[in-house]
Amino acid sequence: MSWRLRVDPIACTAHGLCAELLPEAIDLDEWGYPIIGPVPDRLLPLARRAVADCPTLALLLERDRPR
Amino acid sequence: MNLLWYSTRATGEVALLFLTIVLTLGVLSALRVGGRRAPRFVLAGLHRTLTLAALGFLAVHIATTVADSYAPITVTDVVVPFGSAYRPIWLGLGTVAFDLLAVLTATSLLRTRLGFRRWKALHWAAYACWLAAFVHALGTGSDVRSSLFLMLAGVCAAAALAAVAWRLAAGGSGNAGLRAGAGLLTLVAVLAVGAWTVSGPLAGGWARRAGTPASLLGNAGTPDTKASTGTTGNTPAPRSTRATPPAGDRDDDGDGDEGGDEE
Repeated sequence: MSWRLRVDPIACTAHGLCAELLPEAIDLDEWGYPIIGPVPDRLLPLARRAVADCPTLALLLERDRPR
Repeated sequence: MNLLWYSTRATGEVALLFLTIVLTLGVLSALRVGGRRAPRFVLAGLHRTLTLAALGFLAVHIATTVADSYAPITVTDVVVPFGSAYRPIWLGLGTVAFDLLAVLTATSLLRTRLGFRRWKALHWAAYACWLAAFVHALGTGSDVRSSLFLMLAGVCAAAALAAVAWRLAAGGSGNAGLRAGAGLLTLVAVLAVGAWTVSGPLAGGWARRAGTPASLLGNAGTPDTKASTGTTGNTPAPRSTRATPPAGDRDDDGDGDEGGDEE
């Protein structure tokens, strides 16, 4: 069971904090909105912090269901 | 005993400074300030960490206030505002600020559980919290007439005001009416607090007018009537006398010794 990040596109207002905290998994597009990549397990603590520190709480950490 | 009294004053003043920095950092975060030198997450981290540090100073500030036996301030006064025997209104504002800060901190720590909208609605109270703390510092503080304290208060007021003004100005086009109202409210607050500061704590006899119990004023009031009002015209309230304390112990200075001398 692994985890994945998801962005709530309505809540996100492109503060960009998440990309500062987790550059390994999050890129910003040219308007400053996050582009989410895979989150390796070793980065989970940082991912949790990015979720907690998002100014608009638009970043979510969810369990990735195996297909 | 003196140590408690000095600790109360010092930690209170440091807490006010920290709250001002925290308020400013909060505004900077809201205004999306940040760059390579000072990344956004650093400002957000400082905002949180310095709040916790301010709470630490407040814990000492409150504990030493209650432990100090000179002023009749009880444990109830720590959380229930406006009920104290000592300067009820101005001490009560400190209690209000503390209660607000406790709520703001708790809701921020539980932000992910609370949801963004509810958290944000509550977090506007940060401005009220700062203002209550500021007026409390001027109304209760015994160092109000010392130039160092006035400088600190001035810097804090200027920083907070600049932050609020910047936020109001940079708010964009939305909510114009709301921002105009907030600006008007800020202006009224500035004028009211400014006029009150000049006519209240900075004017003579504040200790008596602020609601200091008569038992604490008694000894200071007698020399006031005796002394000529030519030099300062200020009531030498017990608290302000101690801003420049004599070598002796505080309690001797306040109650015991003077009564003994007069007899």
